[in-house]
Amino acid sequence: MNLFGQTIISGILLGGMYALIAIGMTLIMGVMKIINLAHGSLVMVGMYITYVCFVFWHINPYAGMFISMAVLFVLGCLIQRFMINRLLAVETILPENQVLLTVGISLVLTETIRYIFKSDYLSINTAFSGQTIFLGKMSVSVPMTIGFLIAMAFTALLHFFLTRTDLGLSIRATAQDRDAATYLGVDAPRVTMITFGIGAAFAAAGGSLLLPIFYLWPDIGHLFTAKAFIITILGGMGSTMGALLGGLTLGIAESLGATYISMGYKDVVGLVVFLLVLLFIPGGIKGLVRR
Amino acid sequence: MEVRKVAFFEVKHIVKNFGGLCAVNDISFTLEKGRVLGLIGPNGSGKTTLFNLINGFFPLTAGEIHFKGRRIDLLPTHMICTLGIARTFQVVKPLKRMSVLENVMAGAFLRTASVSVARQRALEILDFCDLSGKREMDAGKLTIADRKRLEIARALATEPELLLLDETAAGLNPKETEEAVEIIRKIRDAGIAIIIVEHKMKVIMGVSEKILAINFGREIVQGEPREVINHPEVIKAYLGDYYA
Amino acid sequence: MKRWYPSAAVLAVALVLPWIFRAPYYQHILITILIWAVMGTAWNLLGGYAGQVSFGHAAFFGLGAYTAGILAAHFNISPWWGMLLGPLVASLISVPVGLICFRLRGPYFALAMLALGEIFRLVFINWVSLTSGARGIMIIPRITAKIPYYYMALLLLLIALVTVDLLIKSKCGFYFVSIREDQDAAESLGVPTTRYKLYALLASAFLTGLAGAFYMNYIAFIDPNVVFSLTNVSVMIILVVMLGGVATRWGPTVGAAIYIVLSELFRTSLGSASVLAFGVLVCLVIMFLPNGLVGELEMVKKAIQARTNGSEKSGLLRG
Repeated sequence: MNLFGQTIISGILLGGMYALIAIGMTLIMGVMKIINLAHGSLVMVGMYITYVCFVFWHINPYAGMFISMAVLFVLGCLIQRFMINRLLAVETILPENQVLLTVGISLVLTETIRYIFKSDYLSINTAFSGQTIFLGKMSVSVPMTIGFLIAMAFTALLHFFLTRTDLGLSIRATAQDRDAATYLGVDAPRVTMITFGIGAAFAAAGGSLLLPIFYLWPDIGHLFTAKAFIITILGGMGSTMGALLGGLTLGIAESLGATYISMGYKDVVGLVVFLLVLLFIPGGIKGLVRR
Repeated sequence: MEVRKVAFFEVKHIVKNFGGLCAVNDISFTLEKGRVLGLIGPNGSGKTTLFNLINGFFPLTAGEIHFKGRRIDLLPTHMICTLGIARTFQVVKPLKRMSVLENVMAGAFLRTASVSVARQRALEILDFCDLSGKREMDAGKLTIADRKRLEIARALATEPELLLLDETAAGLNPKETEEAVEIIRKIRDAGIAIIIVEHKMKVIMGVSEKILAINFGREIVQGEPREVINHPEVIKAYLGDYYA
Repeated sequence: MKRWYPSAAVLAVALVLPWIFRAPYYQHILITILIWAVMGTAWNLLGGYAGQVSFGHAAFFGLGAYTAGILAAHFNISPWWGMLLGPLVASLISVPVGLICFRLRGPYFALAMLALGEIFRLVFINWVSLTSGARGIMIIPRITAKIPYYYMALLLLLIALVTVDLLIKSKCGFYFVSIREDQDAAESLGVPTTRYKLYALLASAFLTGLAGAFYMNYIAFIDPNVVFSLTNVSVMIILVVMLGGVATRWGPTVGAAIYIVLSELFRTSLGSASVLAFGVLVCLVIMFLPNGLVGELEMVKKAIQARTNGSEKSGLLRG
């Protein structure tokens, strides 16, 4: 019983952090309506920045996270404005051009990092990395708990931002109907650029929170892209609440899979869930709940 | 002993709900072979939904649709077309990166597997619709009037016995409208039954033998064209749109 | 100039190439280009012509390769039988895959195929008893000279090109493209869209599996992370087709040639930064040559034709 409880709690904590990454993706997808296969690599870059801050300047990873977020915000804006934006106007046989550009971007980011840092598996060791606290007989990891709490705080902040601020409302308007938003005075291109930046920043945040828990190497980006997609589809596209629910679901599913099936097949669980949701629950969990 | 004649095309008490919205509410009518039925009603009254139901795009919430004695409302769209019902779309759907000829051939292939036969049939139809001169052009580059004509030509290539025309004259200037009416008359004369949705009274009155007027998904009245357009309810629904 | 002259010329050149480039290294490059050309041409049928963009084609490549490999490793049957069985296995599996995934459209279909490709990879890594897992399968090839493999690969490419050509010029081709252009309009014209998408997938999976089986026989070693790879196979196939030109006859072959030649050039001159350079190139091509090399050439040709003829000529099978 304790094993089960521990597994669930682990899953929830992990899921909360995954959700942060997925929220970034869902924001971007909502406004740009494209599949961003580079999202995981943005997470990866964010993690490396935080890693560098920790190793070279001894900055606590939770503080380094903010630096990482700022850098990724700028990077995201630049990528959107100068690369992806170009494609929106071009007519080609397959609209999947944009998706492929994100693949190219992912390649460039991954290889640049690999060039600088090589493919070595890196990890950070903080004072509290291995610590656990005990809830009854269940042990819970400290870095995961802290990460989860910060992730929840960010999610709440984002929700506030999207519902109460002008910029937030502009973002939601652009996501719902770009043309209508433009007619109402929203600078759609600028909003799109900023949204990509925010999405990238959240990707960096999620990654940084996961840094004390995961090994870091350039290809880890692909892993996160996959997870972010699974969560986004699970939760329903364009919905921050959905991303949160989806994240928690994935976290729990993975945790259960790892404990009760095997490490190897745990990723298969996520993918199968993903497929099933794609096929049978088109609106994601959010869509189900609404009905 | 009474022999009950099977109607060529029959819609029986059909209903379509989308969530809470009732788009089509108990519509019934019949159509005989080679006849033309006009379908009128204000925007949002359910005309295109009706076509989508006949065509098989949406399943019925209730009711039945019969064609040539066979129930079709449960069949997939392509099957319904194979049986002989073709349609055009209100917002035209040209196959943009194919030529005009290739567009029509795509329709002709329903009745043949041979490329040369399809080509021949397509050329005949293009002639019929007066599009031969533009047959090598990319469909995406056509004017709206030509796109509408292509839409009709493509549907004709499937050799339908019933053709559903959805606002084929919308957005056309008076001369283009005349040409559209001509084509519709030619189709009728070729023996194909037609259900035509139109806002332009001139077009509807010019071809229909019977008119069904609907509003809010419900039938207002159906019958002789003169009767229907003089019906007070219809005039009320169409205030101002008389004889466009 | 007759229609078939250019193709005949290309074929003639292709037949003598391995005698011009005698060094095994160059011959290996040529064979690799041919393998990728087959994969690209196969994908192009489903993605470029029928408009169903699959991000999971590595699944079929891997199935083809592993069929050949497992025959050798487990049943002691020559992996050459895999060239027959591999494509069949890939096609067989493609049917349920298609029936499941074709319920989705556009990007959702792409994602579903992506997920499937990854599921296959993970299953093949973990099902150690059948596949030897991540250790992979190695065979001892009986033929070690490169030239026979070259002509075999060339034959495969010819099969692929002829198959696609025949399909596109027939009723099938018209139906594929109409599905790509507007699936709803196609349905309303009586096209059984799901059935035809399956036809495209079957043929595409068959040819991709064929390439995979050949790969097993030629390279003599496979493992799940290589043949089922998302980034190095599934995505690369799409990039290869895009580089050359989607929905063109020669696009995938041209794209394969560019991809392999450039990768090698980058690798030998830039070393560890080669993949990075390739990534930058991909971005540039997508941003500035969105229709691929052959595609852009086609556009130029059409523009010139329009100027001289006054009217435009279309044609399903371009380039």
